[in-house]
Amino acid sequence: MAEVLVVVEHSGGAAKKITSELLTAARALGEPSAVVFGAAGDADKLKDTLGEYGAQKIYAAESADVTDYLVAPRAEVLAGLVKQASPAAVLLASTTDGKEIAGRLAVKIESGFLTGVTELAADGTATQVVFAGAVIVKSKVTKGTPILTIATNAVTAEPAAATPSVEAVEVSVSDAAKKAKVADRVSEKKSSRPELTEASIVVSGGRGVGSAENFALIEGLADSLGAAVGASRAAVDSDFYPHQFQVGQTGKTVSPNLYVAVGISGAIQHRAGMQTSKTIVAINKDEEAPIFELADFGVVGDLFKVVPQATEAINARKG
Amino acid sequence: MNIVVLVKQVPDSGLERNLRQDDKTVDRDAGNLVIGELDEYAIEEALKLKEAHGGEVTVLTVGPEKATETIRKALSMGPDKAVHVSDPAIHGSDTVATSAIIAAALGKLEYDLVIAGAESTDGQTGALPAMLSERLGIAQLTGARKLTVDGDKLTIERQTDDGYEVIEATTPAIVSVWDTINEPRYPSFKGIMQAKKKPVETYSLSDLGVSADQVGLDSAWSEVLEFSGRPPKGAGVKVPDEGDGGSKLVEFLATQKIV
Ligand SMILES: Cc1cc2nc3c(=O)[nH]c(=O)nc-3n(C[C@H](O)[C@H](O)[C@H](O)COP(=O)(O)OP(=O)(O)OC[C@H]3O[C@@H](n4cnc5c(N)ncnc54)[C@H](O)[C@@H]3O)c2cc1C
Ligand SMILES: Cc1cc2nc3c(=O)[nH]c(=O)nc-3n(C[C@H](O)[C@H](O)[C@H](O)COP(=O)(O)OP(=O)(O)OC[C@H]3O[C@@H](n4cnc5c(N)ncnc54)[C@H](O)[C@@H]3O)c2cc1C
Repeated sequence: MAEVLVVVEHSGGAAKKITSELLTAARALGEPSAVVFGAAGDADKLKDTLGEYGAQKIYAAESADVTDYLVAPRAEVLAGLVKQASPAAVLLASTTDGKEIAGRLAVKIESGFLTGVTELAADGTATQVVFAGAVIVKSKVTKGTPILTIATNAVTAEPAAATPSVEAVEVSVSDAAKKAKVADRVSEKKSSRPELTEASIVVSGGRGVGSAENFALIEGLADSLGAAVGASRAAVDSDFYPHQFQVGQTGKTVSPNLYVAVGISGAIQHRAGMQTSKTIVAINKDEEAPIFELADFGVVGDLFKVVPQATEAINARKG
Repeated sequence: MNIVVLVKQVPDSGLERNLRQDDKTVDRDAGNLVIGELDEYAIEEALKLKEAHGGEVTVLTVGPEKATETIRKALSMGPDKAVHVSDPAIHGSDTVATSAIIAAALGKLEYDLVIAGAESTDGQTGALPAMLSERLGIAQLTGARKLTVDGDKLTIERQTDDGYEVIEATTPAIVSVWDTINEPRYPSFKGIMQAKKKPVETYSLSDLGVSADQVGLDSAWSEVLEFSGRPPKGAGVKVPDEGDGGSKLVEFLATQKIV
């Protein structure tokens, strides 16, 4: 069976959730080989998790040359691996970095690429959800080695134990790929809540929440559910909540098991980022709010009454 | 500082959008065609830089004849001139081909900086700026929420999942921007009138030395096999809050085994 290169998403050697989803998707096409870009020792730290989801091999590209510059060195190393391994496909996460690496690689190895893939069939047919979730497209790369970026929370990760071998990759990056230097990485994360795009439950607040202080209500409900907190653009623009938590067309795309929209009208640009959530619950005082069109369960009422009651009831159930 | 801004004409995301039944490309007749939403932020950033550092701002669009409307709209915000790459053979191009066409057009222009939206409103691959960096061998400063220019030194804050990265490079470079970077201006009446007289140069593929059999639907690197409307979600339950809305919500979550 042919190799399928899978670019591992991790943070300091801890795999992100999408990595197990990528490995699962890759197994439809061949034998996954995980590619780890990072610092010395990261591949070893990741080995158990990668093995659990079926990685047969790990390529360890551990060098400051790949971590100190934006995107380009990773595309260059991958192009070398494609040449060496002749894989059936290359899979990456559909994140900003992942899509950019995919694009650069497509140019380098003269192959087609597809982004935001939600399902991958054994014959390479990829499903994409486009136009704010309104249209489902099935497409296929027709030239070169298919390069596919997979959406988060779209594929259900399934373990398939393997014992991967680790192969160190000789990293030598051209000067051309070192033009954009990462001078600093700044975390603005304020809490220990799950990451928005990975969370299985997301509670989002909109303009209806009314103020930054009132977002404590949203955080309270989120914490009772072990959820991440999101926000509409109107809430972000009004400085109720920081931008990195914005859900929607120009924010994050989330696809959790449960999405709770509080004081959000449900504009199409907001729906673009949450439409594929499995269960959607809405709280809004306007019974005509478009968010109710996609809600599995909606409460027409004042969020300042409904949210505290719900939070209390959930906490009470936990005993 | 000479700046080229990349602008794409897209169907309005506030209206219903679909693909065409015949060749499965974007249906450009169904809705209102507008300037790519993030591209307005790219234009604004270019105009601000011009105001601070001088130079010229050129709008570059690859698109069908109709895209002239979008070019005029872009020019009415303040750029000096435009380049429109248009050729029937381009119809149905994927991002790999589009990036080759834009790279060839940029080869005809003098620039210190190229500014684009971080992703288009329709295709949303978000990869095109990076692909231009690859093709042109210029630095990639993408996903910016802030751009600082100091001589030939460029610094951006690149938005990430949990904060931002500070990225540095020198000109020439390609920058792409999110809507957090600025607040685009509205075209003034004077701007709209002036836009009608601003020069728009049109290039065909042969002007750019790009062979027609490298681009377009038939030579695309990927193919749309089929598409369908997403099945509408079955109508859910909507209850008025009669003092027990929160409890009812939690009961629903319990039936879903979420709590
Ligand atoms: C280019 C572009 C990109 C965009 N990208 C995004 C994006 O990524 N994400 C995004 O979210 N939006 C985006 N938007 C904006 C989008 O069009 C809407 O303006 C935005 O989603 C509205 O946010 P909202 O629902 O919080 O506010 P509103 O539309 O003002 O809705 C507030 C809701 O709260 C309800 N409410 C008020 N008080 C209460 C109360 N006490 N109890 C219960 N309900 C209450 C109201 O009935 C109303 O339905 C974009 C727009 C454009 C043009
Ligand atoms: C629903 C849909 C899905 C698609 N999926 C894919 C896919 O998976 N793979 C693929 O290869 N192609 C895909 N395409 C085709 C792709 O959209 C076009 O090739 C497009 O011209 C370039 O890609 P983009 O719009 O995704 O660019 P992005 O990288 O998202 O755009 C970023 C910025 O580049 C600039 N830009 C983009 N296009 C132009 C242009 N024509 N003229 C001037 N500036 C421009 C703008 O500043 C824009 O904001 C898809 C198209 C649609 C409609």
